Amino acid sequence: MFGALRYHLGKSPLLQVAVYLGPFVLFPILDRNAYHVDVLTNVAIYVILAMGLNVVIGFAGLLNLGYAAFFAIGAYTYALLNLHTGCPFWAGLPAAGTVAMLFGFLIAVPSIRVRGDYLAITTLGFGEIVRILFNNLDTWTGGPNGLLGIDRPTFFGYRFSVSPVPYFYLALVLAAVIAYLLFRLSDSKIGRALVAIREDELAAKCMGVPALRIKLYAFGLSSFIAGLAGAVFASKQTIVTPDSFDFVLSVLILAMVVLGGMGNIWGSALGALVLGTLPEILRGFAGYRMLIFGLLMILMMIFRPQGMLGGALIRRELRPRHREPRDGPA
Amino acid sequence: MALLEVRAVSKRFGGVTALKSMDLEVREGEIVGLIGPNGAGKTSFFNCITGLLPIDAGEIVFLDGRRRLSGQGPASILRAGVARTFQNLRIFKNMTALENVAIGFHTRTKSGLFDAFLRTRRFRVEERMVFSRSLELMHFVGLDGRGNVTAGNLPYGSQKRLEIARALACEPKLLLLDEPVAGMNPVEKEEISALVRRIRQKNIAVLLIEHDMRVVMPLSDRVVVMDEGRKIAEGTPESVRSNPRVIQAYLGED
Repeated sequence: MFGALRYHLGKSPLLQVAVYLGPFVLFPILDRNAYHVDVLTNVAIYVILAMGLNVVIGFAGLLNLGYAAFFAIGAYTYALLNLHTGCPFWAGLPAAGTVAMLFGFLIAVPSIRVRGDYLAITTLGFGEIVRILFNNLDTWTGGPNGLLGIDRPTFFGYRFSVSPVPYFYLALVLAAVIAYLLFRLSDSKIGRALVAIREDELAAKCMGVPALRIKLYAFGLSSFIAGLAGAVFASKQTIVTPDSFDFVLSVLILAMVVLGGMGNIWGSALGALVLGTLPEILRGFAGYRMLIFGLLMILMMIFRPQGMLGGALIRRELRPRHREPRDGPA
Repeated sequence: MALLEVRAVSKRFGGVTALKSMDLEVREGEIVGLIGPNGAGKTSFFNCITGLLPIDAGEIVFLDGRRRLSGQGPASILRAGVARTFQNLRIFKNMTALENVAIGFHTRTKSGLFDAFLRTRRFRVEERMVFSRSLELMHFVGLDGRGNVTAGNLPYGSQKRLEIARALACEPKLLLLDEPVAGMNPVEKEEISALVRRIRQKNIAVLLIEHDMRVVMPLSDRVVVMDEGRKIAEGTPESVRSNPRVIQAYLGED
């Protein structure tokens, strides 16, 4: 029976979404502790962010160290639209994604041509600039105090309130839709082109794959997803401040992707679940909490560098190459 | 009719001159052998034609001069109808064999990101077309039934064939083969020669670099000999074989 399930899971992304994310629908019903649901809502937002960052890191093989900036841009876009024009959440959500995507293109177009390390530094710088701008443009962003009184969503007359439960479902549904669409992406012409570019960019170009454009797609899509997560976050908190989007958040999301297994959609989700809940589970250790957290991550990277769900493909790609083919300029 | 015309192309790497005013012509449906001692500039020449290296001087035109290739990028040269293989295999080792071939169809299909998300009719039709055509090409190069094998796990000879199938997927009018039989045994060499002849029957011209004279001489309609970045001889295999300049280039001066 399990053999048959495995077979069908491999074939149908829809079934995977139902099997892996479906059980979480029951969580708020089984566990009525509002704090627990709140933690899991944040985890669901992390899941969206990790899946989004995975598009750039896992699919396209580009290192983005400023991912929190796109999350911030999404959050501030919805906040500003809502406060100035009364824009409702459901219109603000795609707007937040779109604005984040535009900034994604803005940063990617000049820097994506250069090799990995430079893009990492550019995005790192961009992440800091965005946070500092939000911190200092007092007249628009309220500076360090942030923006307050952002509207919560309404859903067919139902008004979201302080309870985290509806936000949990909102983030869960969004995560499910994104996961499903990413599966469709990876099993397509663009998905194959991304793998080809990662494997051998020169050969891919010679086969007519427009490598730059495809990498830009990946970067834009990844930023769009971060923007969506930002809008959900802003509507849940009803307040956005620059210090929610610091460099540590970028690194945390990166750690989720790597820990879960680069390139694996469910790996990113699992990484987000583990790194999102672990600090809560470890609360019993009080002061040693972050020490144990860090230790677990180090051990993980030593004993399973491809991540929890990282497949054979990532393991092979991580192996250092001894010999680069020589024909054709690098 | 001249399919490819290379006129006085030069290429320098710093102080080293890789190509000195190189000329070449390939006509439609022709098999042209490009030979020369090591370091003669053959692979650099391929890299210049396919747009991987910018040329310093000269001109490369395609389709009776209707299409300029010099100054274009690899992707647009491919779209014009020039596909290639590499001296040291450059297949996508971690993808399946069939996916490798499917990559060659990238420029022939139109569906984009949203077609993939929404699984539009266009997407489904194109995917079906790509994979059935890829299977045909696998059959054409003699790799039946190996579609789901991870490309890196195929034996060397099969990887070479796979690279040819991937290049054919681009539907080229001219195929550049860089040492297609290097490292193969005599039986495999004969099979690849037969494959090249079948490619020509599809009205695809072939320009091949090859060191093995027992392969290149019977296969080529015309042979071009390069030495130190320039063409030193050209003609039928027989005339080239007896050309004193060629013998001198290969055996050295007395």
